[in-house]
Amino acid sequence: MDGEAPAARNATFLSMAGVCQRLWDNAPLLLSSKFAWPPLFRGFAPPPAPSGVLRYGGVIGVPSLDRIRLVEETRIQSDVVVIGGGNAALCAALTARDAGRSVTVLECAPIEYRGGNSRHTRNMRCMHSAPTDVLTDAYPEDEYYADLLRVTEGLTTEHLARLVIRESPNANQWMKNQGARFQPSLGGTLHLGRTNAFFLGGGKALMNTYYQAAKKRGIQVLYNAEVTDVDIRDGRFHSGQMLLEGKPTEFRAKALVVASGGFESNLEWLEEAWGEAARNFIIRGTPYNKGKLLRLLLDNGAESVADPKQCHAVAIDGRAPKFDGGIVTRLDCVPLGIVVNKFGERFYDEGEDLWPKRYAIWGRLVAQQPDQIAYSIIDSKAMGRFMPSVFPPITANTIGELASALGLPAATVENTVKAYNATVRPGSFDHQILDDCHTEGLTPPKSHWAQAINKPPYYGYPLRPGITFTYLGVRVNEKAEVRMNGIGSSPNIFAAGEIMAGNIVGKGYLAGLGMTIGSVFGRIAGKEAARAAK
Amino acid sequence: MPPNDRIAEGERLLVICNSCRYCEGYCAVFPAMEQRLSFTPADVRYLANLCHNCAECYYACQFAPPHEFAVNVPQVFAEIRAESYKQYAWPAYVRVSGWLAATLGLVVMFLLAGSREALNANFYGIISHETMVAVFSVISGYIAMVYAMGVRRFWKESGERLPGVSAWMQAARDVFTMKNLSSSGAGCTYPDEEHSQSRRVFHHFTFYGFLLCLASTTVAAIYHFAGSVAPHPYFSAPVILGTLGGIGLLIGPVGLYALKRRRDPAIVDAQQDGTDVSFLVLLFLTSLTGLLLLALRESAAMGALLRVHLGVVLGLFLTLPYGKFVHGIYRSAALLRSAYEMARSKH
Repeated sequence: MDGEAPAARNATFLSMAGVCQRLWDNAPLLLSSKFAWPPLFRGFAPPPAPSGVLRYGGVIGVPSLDRIRLVEETRIQSDVVVIGGGNAALCAALTARDAGRSVTVLECAPIEYRGGNSRHTRNMRCMHSAPTDVLTDAYPEDEYYADLLRVTEGLTTEHLARLVIRESPNANQWMKNQGARFQPSLGGTLHLGRTNAFFLGGGKALMNTYYQAAKKRGIQVLYNAEVTDVDIRDGRFHSGQMLLEGKPTEFRAKALVVASGGFESNLEWLEEAWGEAARNFIIRGTPYNKGKLLRLLLDNGAESVADPKQCHAVAIDGRAPKFDGGIVTRLDCVPLGIVVNKFGERFYDEGEDLWPKRYAIWGRLVAQQPDQIAYSIIDSKAMGRFMPSVFPPITANTIGELASALGLPAATVENTVKAYNATVRPGSFDHQILDDCHTEGLTPPKSHWAQAINKPPYYGYPLRPGITFTYLGVRVNEKAEVRMNGIGSSPNIFAAGEIMAGNIVGKGYLAGLGMTIGSVFGRIAGKEAARAAK
Repeated sequence: MPPNDRIAEGERLLVICNSCRYCEGYCAVFPAMEQRLSFTPADVRYLANLCHNCAECYYACQFAPPHEFAVNVPQVFAEIRAESYKQYAWPAYVRVSGWLAATLGLVVMFLLAGSREALNANFYGIISHETMVAVFSVISGYIAMVYAMGVRRFWKESGERLPGVSAWMQAARDVFTMKNLSSSGAGCTYPDEEHSQSRRVFHHFTFYGFLLCLASTTVAAIYHFAGSVAPHPYFSAPVILGTLGGIGLLIGPVGLYALKRRRDPAIVDAQQDGTDVSFLVLLFLTSLTGLLLLALRESAAMGALLRVHLGVVLGLFLTLPYGKFVHGIYRSAALLRSAYEMARSKH
């Protein structure tokens, strides 16, 4: 070795490094084998994309000769690039891959948080004409559309909505073909057993299935891939910029699918729409839906759809984390008691309608109260009648003590409860139906399930508006092509999922509709992107 | 963490799971959880023992680490199970090292056999039938007592009465099919996130291998009292049962060990590895020495092989009361309780 020139040693070192690098590049493929030995990489993403390496979509690895030169040049290239990592994105990626295109998925979250808000979902709404393995009875197109018209009050696009509804059984079957598993609806969700197919294990299990399918089919998935800019000219996508693991990287594709969600976790944007009240909103889902692509597309001439103030918001436990608290922070006790604001006064009919139908208005109601906070107060008769929530209730033996513990003016709360109790009319309580327990002469009234709050201990839960998702999006046609102002449909930009859901649901919501829109339009976008990338 | 902290952690997770319920379609744990609004330490131990550690709920969990709720049911339940075994152990838990037990077993058998030699598969020329029966009756009786008292403690803690026949039948089906590791036919997420039936299959090899060996011994005992004394012909019931069981106990433990090497460390309690592995090794050695003894019973090596085989078997038996085997006892008891509860909740 002593005789060897330093330069030669260096060269050896470099080629060794090249080999290591190649192994590293190929690690996802090596590991995709069921019989690989994973502990080494356990818990990690398919290894992070090395910086300074040219990657071809779907084909990982680079001729080692070019390695050193390529360090300067950082670029991802693929027939189809899909931005986003949730249900719609993966439906599009798998469909485009099945059409023979190379596909790269840019997911801005790290692997543990991949899947966007789909991680938190549980079911999809499906049309069906006869009972299936997981759905009861029938749910015909016209009834589905009528339900949609009712909740949106007409803020929909009929031909797109009907397309989603008609395609929903096909999408459901396609999902099963990818390995997705469904279950008959069980506890706590019986009212949806007819209309909604439940994912076995929930949305994250579904996402895992998709990502496993993507890996098997050679779709390149890049995590921590945050798109920062797109080059769109005359409505056509040419290239884009992203931070890949924090490193500036260019990406090119013949067709682009944008399935990157809404902007609900962008607090500044929420504040633009809602004013200062937005500061007290809690974001129920992913912290990664910052609406960056939505903004980029709108700034590049995409037509917008729906109102930035429109969103799905429910009243959730005020102690929930700012982001990502998911399903466990929901509170279903509102109709079983009374709800007061920070002054200790009631402000809305808690028993207006069955809870599943009123669940989604309470976010907005609480958002309109001072400091965007309210308190649900129940007595021990209500305990055990609603799904337990993750935070324990605040408990006291008198209303006054409960009010103090909640930080409310005790005298006012006592008066509110007294006034409510005095107007409760006798009836036969049944929280499963619109029963005849109501108040008389109270403003606002409580129309159903009104029972005196008089059996200690008393329980209180703080309520905050919890934003699930936003509706502002880009306008699309039935091919998922994004409509560009003054140009018409983009030849190679497609949108799917929450970023275009506003075309179909401009306000209000139907449980499980988001996943249906994502699945149907994800598949359309994937198919059309594959065609455009020919 | 000390045991009480584990129980508290288990309770914390169950409160989160109970307000989510996305996993209710996976296994028996979640429907049993949904029967409750709050969880006593006894409930937590029961649900932990009902858990088969398939890990599906972990991979499906939107609140799994690094989420701040840090929900990891399979790992926490594994830790709680280990604590519960100690708590239920009668008269008190004793840690028995597999290697020590095996050594002790070998020493005892070599001492009992002394310097005796015998030919033509004359096992009882090395160690008399009476001695074998005496040694293994005493230890088996002790094991049965330990398990009976342990299950009694488990059941007493549940506050339940004795279930009827249908619950026993259901529990038996669950035990013998290991339905809870099959996830409606897809298999469990072990050793990694992808579904696979491999663990269930290798467990079946092990479990049924063990049962076949037990059956072989039982049949041989009946033969003995009926006047047909070992060695039995190659095509007799005890030898066929024992050979099939032995093959199961070669394949099963090797497979389970291989899977164990590859499993996701996030979902297991690594502290139990020693107990788990020594159990697999002893099962494997029991079978290996048994099959060798069968193959070479006519040869001069028979005497040595008999000493080694019986020594290993005795070592295995010494680990049974407080070792890995108890998971099957409390899992079965938990399945019985679950079958009982679910039948009741349907009425």
